[in-house]
Amino acid sequence: MATETDAQSEGGLVFHPLDQFIVKPLFGDGPVSWYTPTNITLWMGLAVLAIFLVFVVGSRGRAIIPTRMQSIGELIYGFIYKMVEDVTGKDGVKYFPYIMTLFVFILFANYLALLPMSYSATSMIAVTAVLGFGVFICVTILGFVLHGTKFLGLFWMSDAPAVLRPIIAIIEVISYFVRPVSHSIRLAGNIMAGHAVIKVFAGFAALTLVSPIAILGITAIYGLEVLVAGIQAYVFTILTCVYLKDALHPGH
Amino acid sequence: MATQTTEIAVGACVDAGGSALGMPQLCADWMGNQVAWLVVSLIVIYLILSRIALPRIGAVLAERSGTITNDIAAAEELKQKAVEAEAAYEQALADARIQAAAIVAEAKAEIQVDLDVELAKADATISAKAAEGEKAITAIREGAVKSVTAVAKDTAKALVSALGGSADAKTITAAVSARMKG
Repeated sequence: MATETDAQSEGGLVFHPLDQFIVKPLFGDGPVSWYTPTNITLWMGLAVLAIFLVFVVGSRGRAIIPTRMQSIGELIYGFIYKMVEDVTGKDGVKYFPYIMTLFVFILFANYLALLPMSYSATSMIAVTAVLGFGVFICVTILGFVLHGTKFLGLFWMSDAPAVLRPIIAIIEVISYFVRPVSHSIRLAGNIMAGHAVIKVFAGFAALTLVSPIAILGITAIYGLEVLVAGIQAYVFTILTCVYLKDALHPGH
Repeated sequence: MATQTTEIAVGACVDAGGSALGMPQLCADWMGNQVAWLVVSLIVIYLILSRIALPRIGAVLAERSGTITNDIAAAEELKQKAVEAEAAYEQALADARIQAAAIVAEAKAEIQVDLDVELAKADATISAKAAEGEKAITAIREGAVKSVTAVAKDTAKALVSALGGSADAKTITAAVSARMKG
């Protein structure tokens, strides 16, 4: 009743599209410190559980003719394995488990976030920044470990005209350091925007007149988000592969 | 009291009504929590995948492709065998045909030989019988001629005596013999 009167006083419409991203402790109302089990813990845990169910429980039969669940696991495995092999080459295959970890985490977190009342962990910039900068740092270190200072040849276009080389090098360096930012903001921004838009439409659904349109809008955006969830996981993964390829084969 | 606990709990990122102040994504108070649990989740997922799931699925896929390759190879082999068996069958059929033709020819030749022998025998028998018959006919004819001569002589004697003539037997016989020759 109280919320209803509040809503009335604000003119009938309540928009809190970002409230869905508030971090809440699971137990009690204590302060959120780094180890507190929160709704983030819950939904990341559910993602881990879903991954466990699909990949471990689903494949427990080790069947030559797979069950449905095993097929899903094999499909994702084959998809990512082929992507890593195609983009980074044969010597990139040993990094396949890491890339697979990234992909399945983002994929399952994205899709779990599409459940009503769920929490979208991948919409948090801190989360995607850890992923993006993690990839960036690992790939950079890997490049230096594998190639030493030759890795810097990535920025030095030896086949460009000599005058242009320093300018190109500056541009290359800038674009290299922008990578983790765009890498992480892209994922968080896409997921957050979609979920916020759904909430905005849901706010309009409170008005009787526009509610059919609002619900239609929610449905349409939801369908779009189903696509975005998969595509963003794919984009994040394939960019990771591309960066990894740069570290493995720095020559242009 | 309750409001106060909420405020303590939520810190600077949430207002008194429980709504977000600004973007929750940018609330520094919560970032440590997100990062910590993310790292935990990633490590757990990595362990699950690299220790259990990926080796298992990789093994299943390898086993499957191996099985498929083997099955295809076995199928090829069986097909090859079938082709060979068909060729052998065709060969056997052709051989059997040739043999059958040879047997037929042989049998024909044997039959021909037998037939010739039997024909020759039959011809000999027939010619022997014919000769015998001819002999018999000749004998009968000679007998008939003798009888006719005798009858003619007797008749001529009887006629001569009946007509009142008298002639000796020698003359009459000579006359009849001359007539018979003519």
